[in-house]
Amino acid sequence: MVSWLDSIGWIAAALALSLISLCGCERSRAEPQRLATSTSAATFPVEIRQPPLPQGVATSVVDSHGLPVQLKCIACHDVRPANVDTSLPSQLDEFHQGMQIAHGKLTCVSCHQASDGYASLKLADGRSLPFAESMTLCAQCHGTQFRDYEHGAHGGMTGYWDLTRGGRTRNHCLHCHDPHQPKYPTFTPAAAPRDRFAPATFGGMHE
Amino acid sequence: MSEDTSFPNLPILGQEPTGRRGFLKACGATLGLAAWATAMKPLTEWAQDVSVDEFLQKHYRELTSDQKRAVFQRLEADCRKKHGVDVTISDPQAIPGVQFAYALNLSVCIGCRKCAEACHIENNHDRATNNSYIRVFEMEMGGIDFEKGNATYDHPVPQPGKFYMPVQCQQCENPPCVSACPIEATWQEDDGVVVVDYNWCIGCRYCEAACPYHARRFNWETPQIPAEEINPDQGYLSNRIRPQGVMEKCTFCLHRTREGKMPACLEACPTGARVFGNILDPNSEIRWVVENKRTFVLKEELGTKPRFYYFFDK
Repeated sequence: MVSWLDSIGWIAAALALSLISLCGCERSRAEPQRLATSTSAATFPVEIRQPPLPQGVATSVVDSHGLPVQLKCIACHDVRPANVDTSLPSQLDEFHQGMQIAHGKLTCVSCHQASDGYASLKLADGRSLPFAESMTLCAQCHGTQFRDYEHGAHGGMTGYWDLTRGGRTRNHCLHCHDPHQPKYPTFTPAAAPRDRFAPATFGGMHE
Repeated sequence: MSEDTSFPNLPILGQEPTGRRGFLKACGATLGLAAWATAMKPLTEWAQDVSVDEFLQKHYRELTSDQKRAVFQRLEADCRKKHGVDVTISDPQAIPGVQFAYALNLSVCIGCRKCAEACHIENNHDRATNNSYIRVFEMEMGGIDFEKGNATYDHPVPQPGKFYMPVQCQQCENPPCVSACPIEATWQEDDGVVVVDYNWCIGCRYCEAACPYHARRFNWETPQIPAEEINPDQGYLSNRIRPQGVMEKCTFCLHRTREGKMPACLEACPTGARVFGNILDPNSEIRWVVENKRTFVLKEELGTKPRFYYFFDK
């Protein structure tokens, strides 16, 4: 038993070392989608649900199902030069105008890469980042939340606490936080208990 | 003639004459019998629901595995008869080397009561009372004052100036409810979960009075649940449908967690405020929280040593 545990420990240590050497200076760009799980003897994966990627913008044309036809980003942004002076949707003449932004003092080009025709995200140092890796973008500023997320202390999940028995599915930042208005929305709670300690208005016995 | 007048009402031959004394005796006996029957009525009514096997059932911890199997089969058959639902009564045992602990991030909790709702469904709670093992308090920011807390709020959450504090069984290391039980119907398991043998409990409610967290509930009535809503995955010591007149409490969903799964309340939490795991595993999430966050426990001064930790991010 002890030797078996030992060997697991050595394998974990070797893995960790190789990860560190592989990452090197690229550590800041470690892909959160492939987070090492916290349990070294993990046999089942921790999967992060991927939010839908942006498909483009809706046009006023509707298809046979009555749904608006989506226009790919590149359809416009490929032919129109980027105007990085535009900071908010309200300054635009067409498209994206109604979009509400409530994310600190960020502007469009804080996160969207103009030089790629807005086909990718932009890291703080100017490098491009695919939309599928958006968690890395969030983590630049929200380091404490990302640290908590890495340790399973932020963000909803389902599955097994014991990863040797089964896997786990975790939410992505974007499942709860709209990147343009990241504040968690207000909503109606589930029904209150109607026990004896509840006020009479809730079916309880107390006045 | 004189003989006739002395026995005016004696139509049956060979019977002893009945005087006033005899008549009063008979009346008294009849009344006494009737009173006794009335007094015993609740007992006979109760006995209709309790089979001989159930009445003679031993304490959970004294049952052999064969006896347990018979008990579980009887409970499954009872459920089929009463509710028309096929359920499975499981009896997962504490995992060696595992001590469960729970942590809750009060900075992230928004008071949506999804945890309480999930508990209600998972643990086969009575539908009419909307019972749950979790009570979510809407608290005034600036302190932890339950006197100002409101557990029955009904407005959009989160409200400014408030924080939300779900309270459930703290699975104390030093549980006052266990000490209070006069018949050892409740005890602490090796993984730290405090359980109740619903078939041994007499419903005296001493444990309810002893618990400083008001985590225990009494079944005033038999829980009423529509057949299609009954959770068929039931544990003997956890979420099986409780009988009337017994205590019940949160068991950290032991029928799930002893199989390695997350508790139902954690899975329902949309914000990830809840962290659960094995505190003995140095790599577990719960261990990281306890080591790295400024956690606190409720009513620490009572010395109950809860296994349920609360923390704020900032």
